[in-house]
Amino acid sequence: MSDLSRRRLLKWTGASASIAVAGAILPNFGISAALAADLGEGDIGVLNYAYALEQLEAAFYTAVIDNPYEGISADETEWLTDIRDHEVDHRDFLKEALGDDAIPELEVDFSAVDFTSRDSVLNTAKTFEDLGVAAYNGAGKLIENVDYLAEAGRIVSVEARHAAFIRDLLQPDSVAFAGPEVVDDNGLDAAKEPADVLAAADPFITSDVTANSLV
Amino acid sequence: MTNPVQTSLLSGIDPEITARLSVDRRAFFKRSVASLGMLASAPMVLAVTAQQAFGQSLPAEIKDVLNYALTLEHIEDFFYRSGLEADGLIPHEYMAIFTHIGLHEAQHVALLESVLGADAVARPEIDATAGGQYADVLTNFDTYLTLSQTFEDLGVAAYKGQAGNLIGNNDLLQTALQIHSVEARHAAIVRKIGGKKPWDGAYDEPMSKEDVLAAAQPFLA
Repeated sequence: MSDLSRRRLLKWTGASASIAVAGAILPNFGISAALAADLGEGDIGVLNYAYALEQLEAAFYTAVIDNPYEGISADETEWLTDIRDHEVDHRDFLKEALGDDAIPELEVDFSAVDFTSRDSVLNTAKTFEDLGVAAYNGAGKLIENVDYLAEAGRIVSVEARHAAFIRDLLQPDSVAFAGPEVVDDNGLDAAKEPADVLAAADPFITSDVTANSLV
Repeated sequence: MTNPVQTSLLSGIDPEITARLSVDRRAFFKRSVASLGMLASAPMVLAVTAQQAFGQSLPAEIKDVLNYALTLEHIEDFFYRSGLEADGLIPHEYMAIFTHIGLHEAQHVALLESVLGADAVARPEIDATAGGQYADVLTNFDTYLTLSQTFEDLGVAAYKGQAGNLIGNNDLLQTALQIHSVEARHAAIVRKIGGKKPWDGAYDEPMSKEDVLAAAQPFLA
């Protein structure tokens, strides 16, 4: 491929990605493969993996705060706003850390969520938070740089706090905050491999995300 | 000298501990080191006759991390067993939660002991009142909640501080992370029961072993 055509392709790919994020105003000319974001390998791959999940969470809670469910209390608004702010912070932190290696902004699909329904919103939140905890728990061993591991550690326990809190909102004063479906008989939280996490997140992410070197 | 991380962890939770740490850190540090040495000595003798191949094969630095974690889990396990046995301390509506937390701590003790085998530290002598500083811990639920939150937040910070030391041992690193997030779930629910936010911000900070042991020292009789 000539330098010129390569440059054209790169430009084209970049333009397509931004169109997709803006809401697919233009037809996709059969170039969806070019939109696929591979997370990359090594620590970059793990950080992009975390970045993808934080993008998903940040987008979700942003939508929750922008479209409060029916009967939301003042306390719930405050706490869910806190969680939104945390996820946006995590997302931006990872993007900054990744720099040029960051995957593009992902296009999300929350059509399965009824944002007017407390039950729908909080159950989706529960899914995302538990998934985030299990993802970080499973990804720690993939990280080689001790500083990155420390940063992941600073994030994951806050995700666990979110998870416990959301679970308690759904089932107050019960053992649900750390129930048997997430914490096993050894007192261990779930840990999931990237392939399983991405499969669980897939229904909510329109963009193709691959982890060819991570899984 | 005040460690900002530690101050933020303990401030608003336990002013007395924070103050004592700020004023008297060196003394606590010295005592905690001495105490850990004593904790480690008894099992060393027993280890000679032990047949726990898993524990025996671990590098000494890894065993140190696990025994440090086990010591903290012993404190938590003791704290919840004592609380659950104290008539009228824990309100009925919260019994299920504290029973569940206590179950996890006992499971963590058993798991770490099984990994360490004969190299596991013995259960230390524990004083939930910290030498009388929290004399009503088993009769006043507010005091009990305060210490519960302190232990859980401390546990989160402690495990977080050790993750880097487990790089390279994938099984143990993952296990430690899986305990770490359960402690964070505990911390969140205990804070909520106490009418506090389940979090301090977007990030939880780690604590060094020395700082954690200094904070735990008053509870080691």
